Amino acid sequence: MSVLVYTESDKGKFKKNAFEVASYAYAVAQQLGESVTAVSMNVDDNEILGTYGVSKVLKVSNADLHTFNAKAYANVLAQAAEAEGAKVVIVSSSADTKFLAPILTAKLNAGYVPNVVAAPEGTSPFVVKRTAFSNKGFAHTEISAEIKVVGVSNNAFGAVENPTSASVEDFSPSLGDADFTTKSVEVDKVVGKATIADADIVVSGGRGLKGPENWGMIEELADILGAATACSKPVSDLGWRSHGEHVGQTGKPVASNLYIAIGISGAIQHLAGVSASKTKVVINNDPEAPFFKAADYGIVGDAFEVVPKLIEKLKEFKAQNA
Amino acid sequence: MKILVCISNVPDTTSKINFTEGDTKFDTNGVQFVINPNDEFGLTRAMWFKEKQGATVHVATVGGAQTEPTIRKALAIGADEAIRINAEPTDGFFVARQLAEVVKNGGYDLVIAGRESIDYNGGMVPGILATLLDMNFVNTCIGLEVDDNNATAMREIDGGKEKISTSLPLVIGGQKGLVEESDLRIPNMRGIMMARKKALNVVEPIDAPKPTQDQKFEKPAPKGPVKLVDAENVGELVNLLHNEAKVI
Repeated sequence: MSVLVYTESDKGKFKKNAFEVASYAYAVAQQLGESVTAVSMNVDDNEILGTYGVSKVLKVSNADLHTFNAKAYANVLAQAAEAEGAKVVIVSSSADTKFLAPILTAKLNAGYVPNVVAAPEGTSPFVVKRTAFSNKGFAHTEISAEIKVVGVSNNAFGAVENPTSASVEDFSPSLGDADFTTKSVEVDKVVGKATIADADIVVSGGRGLKGPENWGMIEELADILGAATACSKPVSDLGWRSHGEHVGQTGKPVASNLYIAIGISGAIQHLAGVSASKTKVVINNDPEAPFFKAADYGIVGDAFEVVPKLIEKLKEFKAQNA
Repeated sequence: MKILVCISNVPDTTSKINFTEGDTKFDTNGVQFVINPNDEFGLTRAMWFKEKQGATVHVATVGGAQTEPTIRKALAIGADEAIRINAEPTDGFFVARQLAEVVKNGGYDLVIAGRESIDYNGGMVPGILATLLDMNFVNTCIGLEVDDNNATAMREIDGGKEKISTSLPLVIGGQKGLVEESDLRIPNMRGIMMARKKALNVVEPIDAPKPTQDQKFEKPAPKGPVKLVDAENVGELVNLLHNEAKVI
């Protein structure tokens, strides 16, 4: 038997989270005394998964699956789980995967736990630690169903190298018209820029920036750091930035290595949403801003003076470390 | 068009979270409960369908009698009828099975649920419900138009959005964007009075397994003090991020 893992790709290349979930699957397989089988969709170079402990890759090549389709992808994974006799399926926390995982769960009559932050505490009973209450707490959750679907949080477990030789087999699932009753018409996606979901660094602005016209320095700072840009809830509600940038309890969660909050006071909902970030920096002119209690590093000062200086210093740093 | 909006009764977003009974239960002491924000965006969109396209809107929740003020609020906002399934919603698959029963018996064309509840964050109820009933499903939905049997939905994806074409019967996992924050409605006195007369039907749950169980909860470890850098010495921050935090 094997632990099945869905290794996501974009335009034929594995995403960063594919290596994280593969690493997680390896940790689970070690506990169970099993091996790891990955499923890839329209990827040619699959051997790289061996680096992260994958022994076998089920390679799916199907023109109908070039564009993500939750129902069809879930059906492929369900068939792969059945073919492998997998009792544990590991998936990521991307928007696409959170779309397909519930469908897969229903098809497999499984127990599903998303937002998992650590390897299972035990496999009998099977207990995992996950975030709950929008990152204000954690739950230790048992999955008692025979088949278990585990959704691993972004940037929580990390990519861990466990060099293994991965064999690649073609896998041809049987799909029909019923799998394609929702159709993608158009995708409007930022290209060549980090997204909040998978960026190592996120630079975020709040109402302290006074208006959308002042976002130039936020974008410049993000560019230098290769970071994604984000914003607080009031900023997106005011229409200064798009909803897609809103991070916090009712927006997107952030689990980056570095989160820089500029002109954000730190409402409890915002702090919850960004709490999974490893290092937090706050720049705010109000020393009483709640964010200072949640941050690792802080500068009390006017963002309009501090940020340009920070950009300058980072440019010097980049030049020295290039 | 017959719409069912699935409502979850959750702690207000400003709530501080505590646990009780040896950290096995959420401490509801002093906590204000509200309609789950993701569901409220969906409910408000449903009101638009009611007013512009003559839809009938019912709301359903899985929960004990303590959830009734939240359901009454949904009726005061304008839902026509409410259903409460009398069970504790401790597992997403269980909740989805209960709601599937309501959808099957009620003949709904469109089911609007939130993409996740802000308390247990399972994010699975709409997708499981759709799959159990073989209905179409769109998650993280930020826009929805329905024309006869055809539906066009916008979905938030990582780094952008996607336009999806599908048909009824449909389930969506909704969020902000379905309507704007400023579109949300505060019930007025007339709405509150009318809500008292509207039907709130309590049904008993069907037998269904709970494939997951929360054993124990914990709060994040307390954070150490912030390290302050002088605004005149920004270079020190770069130094700390590189040499100490090792994130750049």
